[in-house]
Amino acid sequence: MPFGNTHNQLKMKFTPEQEYPDLSKHNNHMAKVLTPAMYERLRSKQTPSGFTLDDVIQTGVDNPGHPFIMTVGCVAGDEETYEVFKELLDPVIEDRHGGYKPTDKHKTDLNPDNLKGGDDLDPNYVLSSRVRTGRSIRGFCLPPHCSRGERRAVEKLSIEALASLSGDLKGKYYALKNMTDAEQQQLIDDHFLFDKPVSPLLLASGMARDWPDARGIWHNDNKTFLVWVNEEDHLRVISMQKGGNMKEVFNRFCTGLTKIESLFKDRGHAFMWNEHLGYVLTCPSNLGTGLRAGVHVKLPNMSKHAKFEEVLKRLRLQKRGTGGVDTAAVGGVFDISNADRLGFSEVELVQMVVDGIKLLIEMEKKLEKGQSIDDLMPCPEKL
Amino acid sequence: MASSFSRILSSKRNIGILSLVGGSVTAGFLLHRDHVSAEHVRRRYPASAEFPDLRKHNNCMASNLTPAIYAKLCDKATPNGYTLDMAIQTGVDNPGHPFIKTVGMVAGDEESYEVFADLLDPVIKERHNGYDPKTMKHPTDLDSSKIQSGQFDERYVLSSRVRTGRSIRGLSLPPACTRAERREVERVVVDALSGLKDDLVGKYYSLTQMTEKEQQQLIDDHFLFDKPVSPLLTCAGMARDWPDARGIWHNNEKTFLIWINEEDHTRVISMEKGGNMKRVFDRFCRGLKEVERLIQERGWEFMWNERLGYILTCPSNLGTGLRAGVHVKLPLLSKDPRFSKILDNLRLQKRGTGGVDTAAVGGVFDISNLDRLGQSEVQLVQTVIDGVNYLIECEKRLERGQDIKVPAPIKQFK
Repeated sequence: MPFGNTHNQLKMKFTPEQEYPDLSKHNNHMAKVLTPAMYERLRSKQTPSGFTLDDVIQTGVDNPGHPFIMTVGCVAGDEETYEVFKELLDPVIEDRHGGYKPTDKHKTDLNPDNLKGGDDLDPNYVLSSRVRTGRSIRGFCLPPHCSRGERRAVEKLSIEALASLSGDLKGKYYALKNMTDAEQQQLIDDHFLFDKPVSPLLLASGMARDWPDARGIWHNDNKTFLVWVNEEDHLRVISMQKGGNMKEVFNRFCTGLTKIESLFKDRGHAFMWNEHLGYVLTCPSNLGTGLRAGVHVKLPNMSKHAKFEEVLKRLRLQKRGTGGVDTAAVGGVFDISNADRLGFSEVELVQMVVDGIKLLIEMEKKLEKGQSIDDLMPCPEKL
Repeated sequence: MASSFSRILSSKRNIGILSLVGGSVTAGFLLHRDHVSAEHVRRRYPASAEFPDLRKHNNCMASNLTPAIYAKLCDKATPNGYTLDMAIQTGVDNPGHPFIKTVGMVAGDEESYEVFADLLDPVIKERHNGYDPKTMKHPTDLDSSKIQSGQFDERYVLSSRVRTGRSIRGLSLPPACTRAERREVERVVVDALSGLKDDLVGKYYSLTQMTEKEQQQLIDDHFLFDKPVSPLLTCAGMARDWPDARGIWHNNEKTFLIWINEEDHTRVISMEKGGNMKRVFDRFCRGLKEVERLIQERGWEFMWNERLGYILTCPSNLGTGLRAGVHVKLPLLSKDPRFSKILDNLRLQKRGTGGVDTAAVGGVFDISNLDRLGQSEVQLVQTVIDGVNYLIECEKRLERGQDIKVPAPIKQFK
């Protein structure tokens, strides 16, 4: 129910041609896939909760995109969006997730014992390690579409579930609208506090409605496990710590997630998941694992090497500045993480990061000594 | 449009059910029934669980929305499907400022002012200084021949301008309109404007199609409007599908300008350098009446009723939707501590010359009428003329070292 897309019946008075968006200047996945014929077939549909095609695509219509960065341009308002609007979303997913087919099955593996190594990334290079994902609570509409009542119910359930965590996962919830100045400052200093979204990609989809109602941050006392409630997804779950012990980070991640899932189940709620799409989240780019495992790593020599981008590509990794997506690297320190989300399991993706970072550090050390890295080049990925 | 008022659907739930059993929507839903993984209709919460948290809010909507009113209206929708939650979203998302009281809600269509009258009437009353839509009638008067004097001393008045808005009856307003409706507004208005003659002959520049050169010229003329960045507007959904079906029309002389599909269906502006407010208002009235005649020829009309005058998106622009103003040099008067009181009593407001929210530069102010609803266009423009003449008199007296007087407050709702 984002503002303005009143009841779908109003649009049915006009022909599909009259309603079809002008996508001539657009460069996002939605604009590449949507056709007038597809629009005609899908526009009369809606999910059981009333999410319509125009709701799905509004953010992509409002944000033509960038010539170099390909945004997704569509969002889900509920779990059923991915079914009802399959005709649009399957090709978007295929395009975004490296050829993932509508018939493919996604593997979920949150058993940290399956990760080999990862406890010894060189702390002289790796400054910090982090794994994040998202989870949606089945039966509730997603942030673009939820009502205040639903959002508050998601918050209430989350608070109850998180309050039951114990041991090194014991922690506290800070509601955005109730926090004191002192709490707010502490959360900012810890780099935990999330702001009201300013990106037009998010605003145009209606995710920032009613801010800061029912939004909040939970973290454990050790500050190594963090949950965001009702930001871009129902839940964003983050495990992190300084240094290079990715194994420990991933252990905590899996333990915490599994525990949270069972706490929700105890209260009669499951996470949105199916064997084709894995975990269902608001943005199609986060389907599958929704997982981004990454490190902040010093690669001053490697990053200046002509083959840096090619190496990352072959390792199925991506780089960002340490301020997050869209920032530039400072002082040769990069945020390096997995590029994939869907079609690989959590263990497989973290393994790629662990193995990839190990290799990059080896290459960095060679370059420091003035040696060549040619014999370390990874094989081109079979696509 | 009387029939549409009586067709008000009484329940949002009914809309959902109707859509499930009606026409092509059913076919679409049933075909997918087998694939829907978790069949459920929208989770419904009681009004108390949906009521927004307005404790930190300071806008007219927040001052007037009670849990009781919310409970009464939250399941209602206009015939187009516009709901209370949509109408108040901008006010929920923008708590306001301690010193500036924003309105905090919008209309999605003409019927919003009826269906949500329990909230909109008190909001209108608060915003328009006691105007009661339940009992009062709004006078419309576009006969500019009634204006007296209206030629300002051009040593003080640098420019004169009158603006208003008009909505096309039968099409939803910017917060709610579909792309087709917005394009229809553009088509209807551009078609009508092409029929203007003489000093009103002009040209339309569509935002999606203008050349770089045209764009630069429009910027240089200070005509070009941008995609709204104010969260007050974006949270209400008015910037959707930008820049589709948005554009600017102006006459060749650049004294009559129309914005299409910005915050309203149309914004109409008459202006020129210098102090000839009478001529500006003449052209304003003539142009508006011509445009109205041209759209009526084609079977359309403006949204208007005798309770609220001209219907626009924001309740603050009801009635005349008129802001008549000048850029005027008042360096001495503006430093006098009585300046604000004088303006208040004359029912005028000051702004910087960059528009609302800007500060004055070099003692030059934008002075315009405070009121919109409850007085006619002629009355409001006369108020500005009389008031600005008084201000200029004060400035001259101060120049001569003479004292000035605070005028008695003008009565509202003549």
